[in-house]
Amino acid sequence: MRANPTEYELVAPGTLQEALALHASEPGSWLPIAGGTDLMVLYAAGRLQSRKLISIAALRELRNIEVASAEVRVGAGCTYTDLRQHPVITKEFPLLARAAAWTGGIANQNRGTLGGNIANASPAGDSLPVLLAYDADLILVSASGERRIPYRTFHTGYKKTLLAPDELIHSICMPRNLSGYKCYARKVGARNAQAISKVFLAAMVRISNATIKDIRLAAGSVGPVPIRLAGTERALAGQPINDSLLELAGKVMAEEIQPIDDIRSTAGYRTVVLRNLLGEFLQSLPGARFAS
Amino acid sequence: MLNPRLPDGTRLEISLTVNGAARTIHAYPMTRLLDVLREELNLTGTKEGCGEGECGSCSILMDGFLVNSCLIPALQANGTSIVTIEGLANDNRLHPLQKAFLECGAAQCGICTPGMILAALHLLDKIPQPSLDEIREGLSGNLCRCTGYFQIFEAVAKLSRNGVAD
Ligand SMILES: Cc1cc2nc3c(=O)[nH]c(=O)nc-3n(C[C@H](O)[C@H](O)[C@H](O)COP(=O)(O)OP(=O)(O)OC[C@H]3O[C@@H](n4cnc5c(N)ncnc54)[C@H](O)[C@@H]3O)c2cc1C
Ligand code: FES
Ligand code: FES
Repeated sequence: MRANPTEYELVAPGTLQEALALHASEPGSWLPIAGGTDLMVLYAAGRLQSRKLISIAALRELRNIEVASAEVRVGAGCTYTDLRQHPVITKEFPLLARAAAWTGGIANQNRGTLGGNIANASPAGDSLPVLLAYDADLILVSASGERRIPYRTFHTGYKKTLLAPDELIHSICMPRNLSGYKCYARKVGARNAQAISKVFLAAMVRISNATIKDIRLAAGSVGPVPIRLAGTERALAGQPINDSLLELAGKVMAEEIQPIDDIRSTAGYRTVVLRNLLGEFLQSLPGARFAS
Repeated sequence: MLNPRLPDGTRLEISLTVNGAARTIHAYPMTRLLDVLREELNLTGTKEGCGEGECGSCSILMDGFLVNSCLIPALQANGTSIVTIEGLANDNRLHPLQKAFLECGAAQCGICTPGMILAALHLLDKIPQPSLDEIREGLSGNLCRCTGYFQIFEAVAKLSRNGVAD
């Protein structure tokens, strides 16, 4: 059943402060809407529960990309197109630019925002494993101030997050100086554009003397929330690059993911594909010669 | 702030520029821009396919950006400048893209065509000489059930070879 517009309120505050004041006046009763590429789909299907919406799409305060010496701060209202067009993002955070390019077609990328992808909290959100791999922090803002949290603590359960009812995501901070890392991301879905991921792997590694110094692995769609494969990372850190790596990694990885069967895929398929992606990544490391 | 405490079910005055002309309409803030265009402004060139962002038949340009009008609440279009398929032909002279679509057989039933042409316009505006891969990417959010796409890619390629100027 299509939604009836007469049943909904939508307001468009002119400034972030006004938006936060309204949010604080009745915490939890106003739902923010940015690009609407998740919410308007729910609305079209008559499944948008919230009747009071507050548009944050035009708030300039959420649309900056600030390049500081130690980190880059991306406003939560930046669109996928903003990310793909920013020279520092494309150069230093290529996995984020790539995930942006995979998020629906151009019309979707012109509207959909990074903050919306995070707050929507789908286990299949394509930028989420990438932000985990980049060790991002989130700045959350409310009428009473700001707080900064590591992004990896944000998702607490399926569609559950640390966002308080009166808060907005303000920005996403990613540490710079990743020049020593080799990075990898791959989305597996039914189709490149316009298809929700069945499995996503983002990976980064720093190698010296043919030994893994630091490795970061983050996966989407293999559990209720996007996760860092912390156990697999620990198992691989400090290992010399040799042909037992993949076997080791595959075993630990299979123990720490919780994939499910759903309309897009099966748990078994997801486990095999994630292992194959891990294999593809490890295989690409200098000196790797094992069969995957 | 625009009407912070609007009682349920009240229409708002929304002003926007559509194909170069200033228009003011009254709509509920959550009315889809697609419905504003088709029903308030009688611009029925913009089509509804899926109604959920997947097919691109409702694609228009908003402030120069390709967007799907089925996913935009009317209030978010307040103060913007919109281009729909009706804005392309000039005094009954077809836009070069429309001509190219005709010449290449890139339109059959025509449902996807307005959105496809606006997506192509947006692409050529950003990348005047797109490669085939860039054409595919630029149009990947626009689905066509009739042509099999090759005639559409050919129409866009033809225009980039000839230049957009008529
Ligand atoms: C055709 C199509 C294809 C898609 N393909 C993909 C894909 O391939 N990969 C993918 O990951 N996603 C995909 N999506 C989903 C969607 O585009 C993304 O999740 C997008 O990032 C959502 O951003 P938005 O600004 O449009 O969010 P909205 O729909 O405006 O909001 C989504 C949620 O986030 C909340 N929110 C938004 N901004 C903030 C903020 N600053 N602070 C707090 N809460 C906020 C809203 O309240 C809402 O709960 C697709 C959607 C469509 C329609
Ligand atoms: S009708 Fe809007 S994308 Fe299909
Ligand atoms: S011409 Fe019929 S859908 Fe494209």
